Amino acid sequence: MEHMISPGNLTGSGLAGRIFQTQMDPTDDIVIALVGNPNTGKSTVFNSLTGLKQHTGNWPGKTVTTAFGRFVHSGKNFFLVDLPGSYSLLANSPEEEVARDFICFGDPRAAVIITDATCLERNLNLVLQVLEMTRQAVVCVNLMDEAKRNHIDIRLEKLSRILGVPVVGTSASNGQGLAELKDAIDDLVSGRFIPKPIRIRYDAAIEAAVSMIEPYIKKATGNQINSRWLALRILEGDDSFIVALHEYAGVDLLDAEEVRYKVEQAREKLQQQQIYRDDLRDRIVSTIVGMAEEISREVLRYDGDWRKRIDRKIDDVLTSRLFGIPAMLLLLGVALWISIAGANYPSQILADAFFWLENQLTHLFTLAGAPNWLLGMLVEGVYRTLAWVVSVMLPPMAIFFPLFTLLEDLGYLPRVAFNLDYFFKKAHAHGKQALTMCMGLGCNAAGVTACRIIDSPRERLIGIITNNYIPCNGRFPVLITLSTVFIAGGAGGMRPVLAAVMVLGLITLSVVITLVVSRILSCTVLKGLPSSFSLELPPYRIPQIGRVLIRSILDRTLFVLARAVMVAAPAGLVIWLMANVSVYGNTLLNHCAGFIDPFARVIGLDGYILLAFLLGLPANEIVIPVVIMSYMSGGALLDLDSMDALHQVLKGHGWTWLTALCTMLFSLNHFPCGTTLLTIRKETGSWKWTLISFIVPTVTGILICFIVAQGARIFGLV
Amino acid sequence: MHRLSIPLNLLPIGCAARVKQIKAKGNTRRRMLDLGLVAGTEVEAVLRSPSGDPTAYYIRGAIIALRSEEASNILVETTGELR
Repeated sequence: MEHMISPGNLTGSGLAGRIFQTQMDPTDDIVIALVGNPNTGKSTVFNSLTGLKQHTGNWPGKTVTTAFGRFVHSGKNFFLVDLPGSYSLLANSPEEEVARDFICFGDPRAAVIITDATCLERNLNLVLQVLEMTRQAVVCVNLMDEAKRNHIDIRLEKLSRILGVPVVGTSASNGQGLAELKDAIDDLVSGRFIPKPIRIRYDAAIEAAVSMIEPYIKKATGNQINSRWLALRILEGDDSFIVALHEYAGVDLLDAEEVRYKVEQAREKLQQQQIYRDDLRDRIVSTIVGMAEEISREVLRYDGDWRKRIDRKIDDVLTSRLFGIPAMLLLLGVALWISIAGANYPSQILADAFFWLENQLTHLFTLAGAPNWLLGMLVEGVYRTLAWVVSVMLPPMAIFFPLFTLLEDLGYLPRVAFNLDYFFKKAHAHGKQALTMCMGLGCNAAGVTACRIIDSPRERLIGIITNNYIPCNGRFPVLITLSTVFIAGGAGGMRPVLAAVMVLGLITLSVVITLVVSRILSCTVLKGLPSSFSLELPPYRIPQIGRVLIRSILDRTLFVLARAVMVAAPAGLVIWLMANVSVYGNTLLNHCAGFIDPFARVIGLDGYILLAFLLGLPANEIVIPVVIMSYMSGGALLDLDSMDALHQVLKGHGWTWLTALCTMLFSLNHFPCGTTLLTIRKETGSWKWTLISFIVPTVTGILICFIVAQGARIFGLV
Repeated sequence: MHRLSIPLNLLPIGCAARVKQIKAKGNTRRRMLDLGLVAGTEVEAVLRSPSGDPTAYYIRGAIIALRSEEASNILVETTGELR
């Protein structure tokens, strides 16, 4: 009976097993839930506890990803579930619902609540809410090192006494306190620590209402769920919870005549005292917030002034009227410059190595007496395309990814959102779209997934549709190469700087286009006004450089590269075949390119370039290699050991600065790659929106390239 | 001391005030409550975005940015002299 979902008997291992599609042993695996506010280093704690053996799963019916991992401690198997970061369990978003439902129905043996020592009071809110639900909890006060640096002193023992559950201080980034955390979890699940969680007392009116209905709820649900907590949710009229209760526990509370009658009675009584639904929620939250404040006052000593923290001084510059936006451009520009200038050397080494290997391969083929067409197909078609993609694409990617991750880990991205929010508001879009846009710089598919942080469905769709305007890492090499060759051509030693400025300009343009198109969408297919939004600016953190390097190189660079290579090899084959198979006296490639050539010329490209974009649908990385291959006689890619050789080839085929510019503009504005399209389909659950996400940027690109190309021709610039 | 009731978005940078009333309803209200914004909470305006909006406030140990639309629905009472 694996993963049985029948209501009423869903155990912790059942729900976790269902989400993660994994075999669990209910007698052996101890399920532990990890909850916490966003930005508390929850993932770091999770990573440090579970190491690299992690898996993710999608919560059934919701686009919320949860991760799980295992660790062994004192001979026991722990199954750790990382729940989405949430500020509260009063369920205002799908993430919070997931966190609440897992704690409530996933039947974890313990909930570990990760809190931020530098912002304990706010975090205690969530702690108190969890303790109201379950007594099996451990509080982990993370970022103790940051707190110490900021002269915040927390009396953990006293906090544990007040809360009635184990409290452990950690600095997960350097592994401090993790052993103690595991011990505390073990003590709790093995019964060595008897929790006596603090009880939250509400005002007399609420307490009276709760005691009116609690006994009846207890009777209806048995002991599986904390009836006091349940009573509060029912009084509040939390509909999402009543649905969840039915789905996971098979209990239809309001069906029970007796319960419904009592709930009505209790609500009426509250209303007689002028306490309506919103007031009730206010009173409940105010009580919890007040308690958090009180506890924080008891256990926390702060010898300093937050106004004098280094964060405030950095922010005063990085978000100032004068320097805010220039600093943003400068940081991105420097990251681009490092990527471009730094990529030259490794690119050269890789190209040399691939060239040497190609000679050996050719030699081997000749020795084996392989026919010429086979040599051509495999070496000149598949191998050279692959070699080109790796030697030209990999170095700038391998440099830019870690740099970008570093900025992300520093905590700079929320500042970008803060600086740009005004413009997003004007575009009737969500402020967090700036964050998803930043993620798109790495990979648009990741950017589309990141749009989950936008609550409002309308604004989320805008974020998804427009994400593709931001050039992803796979498109950077196109921009970098063409900028270096055509725009910065004669600049000598200043080449990388000029190329970086050009790419920076293009990215800025893509942000402007994103805003304009967002605004257009907001007054056409996705009509509406901006919804409310709040954005936390977390303290800056010193990134763990080693981890950033490993994470970005292993997770992202290699992933993107593997994808490019997987697409490049068959694409190389297809191109070689198209260029070498003749029909009616001309190659297939020439037929196809010739067919679309007139249209392509109108928008400043040529048939081969447009064809390359079409063939590049599976991965943008192969666009330039395909163009070059198409141009070479016999259809094989030349050895391009220098940028100048590339320049000669392109110029020989009629490229001007305008062709380069239009190619770059079309690279910014065209249909998303296959992976991104599939991600959009998954995230929106609709082919309609996927199609719109395909059409909108493509039309933008055609329009912009048309205007630029025709404008330049009319003014006689070329 | 002179006390003044104003919407939060009019609070000058560097000034502190106490929340008197949250006028927002529904989901927005719940989000504000989650951040610990309840009557009596002390807030201080910390940063203004380069374009003048949003503004970041110090709320219960965290820096939270709110657009002027949201902040205008929070009524605060200044605790000190307005600069």
